[in-house]
Amino acid sequence: MAWQALRLRRRSSAHWDLPVRRELNCSFMSATSLFRAGLALALALAGSCAIARAQEPPYFVTYSSALEEPGNLDVEFKGLTASPKDANAFFSPTVELEYGATAWWTTELYLQGQSTKNDSTVFTGFRWENRFRVLPTEHWINPVLYLEYEDHNSADKSLLEVVGHDSIANLQLNNWQTRREIERSLEGKLILSSDVKGWNFSENFIAEKNVKNEPWEFGYSVAASRPLSLLARGRACTFCRQNFSAGAELYGGLATAHDFGLDATSHYAGPSVNFNLPHGPLLGFSPQFGLNDNSVGVLWRFRVSYEIQQFRDLFRRSR
Amino acid sequence: MKRTSLALCMLFLSASALLAADGAWLRKVPDADRKRVNPYASKTEAAAAGKLLFTDNCAKCHGEDALGRHGRPSLRSERISHATDGELAWLLKNGSTWKGMPSWSALPEPERWQIIAYLRSLPAETKDRP
Repeated sequence: MAWQALRLRRRSSAHWDLPVRRELNCSFMSATSLFRAGLALALALAGSCAIARAQEPPYFVTYSSALEEPGNLDVEFKGLTASPKDANAFFSPTVELEYGATAWWTTELYLQGQSTKNDSTVFTGFRWENRFRVLPTEHWINPVLYLEYEDHNSADKSLLEVVGHDSIANLQLNNWQTRREIERSLEGKLILSSDVKGWNFSENFIAEKNVKNEPWEFGYSVAASRPLSLLARGRACTFCRQNFSAGAELYGGLATAHDFGLDATSHYAGPSVNFNLPHGPLLGFSPQFGLNDNSVGVLWRFRVSYEIQQFRDLFRRSR
Repeated sequence: MKRTSLALCMLFLSASALLAADGAWLRKVPDADRKRVNPYASKTEAAAAGKLLFTDNCAKCHGEDALGRHGRPSLRSERISHATDGELAWLLKNGSTWKGMPSWSALPEPERWQIIAYLRSLPAETKDRP
């Protein structure tokens, strides 16, 4: 009997019945749980360590040449929520662990998931990225090389970048259809960044290759930002201008090596703001607007980030 | 084989740490940068702001007292005392990336000058420090 039951269960699973039913039982409220878990992880890691302001611009997709300071660990919880046309609303949390290995090399691990209304909550995969500063001194344009390995399923909705023909259509499929398809890809970025009179201008050129036999996909991202004040005050303050920075981002896909261009690609633009709580976390927010019919109407992004200064000193004998 | 690789890595890291405070960066500073003047020099308010910035960004490596921690250099040493404001500004902007000092170019330039104003307000390191 037990053997028959096992066979029946296997057959049912093979026809998707059980997984689908189980997934549909999950409600969108699971997103709240996912959010809480991510936030709890970030807070737990921050613990009693000293935390301080980071010097990064308020970008969500674009990278500047600013690397993590050597020995520092940045724990970040990044969220994205949207209601795509003809699809269920979703929430996609990402936990980032960014470590400054040296002054010229930053390494980062991403853990990603998503929760879709009337569908399910799924862990979608991980990414491991590395950024290398190329030149030893500052120049008018500062290049940084970016290399990343991604291992996630097609249910991923984090939109950490847009490449190839990524579009709203990818977000209109059910999780049970997409979570089975695993994507392993390598991604390279050329990051160019300039700091001029308090302004930061950054441009990223993206090339991504699925390790399967698929063509190279391309994308771009450009951004500019500035702190609201370039001078610090002589006394501690919370809501003074020096703790805020604001900017804007524009990014999108550039199709593939076979059909390079803007046809059937999606693009987004929007303002972004960072608020550095003195001796506390960094908070960021950005509404990003789809610029064509292939894009989602509005992406709402936010972040909470803690920088644990000199994380590696916690493992030294003498302090 | 693994032990040899580990030993070589340790040797490399130790050598890097020792070289970190050799002041080699001073030779790289262009003359134009060397001669730059801190617009906030001797301004009490700037030094007070610089102290807050120093605590947030620099103290974890160089110590609250700026005397250095875990082999990282003191910022009250004779070398730093004798360096010009322009040289320190160049170091903050460019860093000494191969020797562990990151670039702080993303910090606005006026704030970097405020940090230098604060460093100048600190007493020089005494040689009988334990």
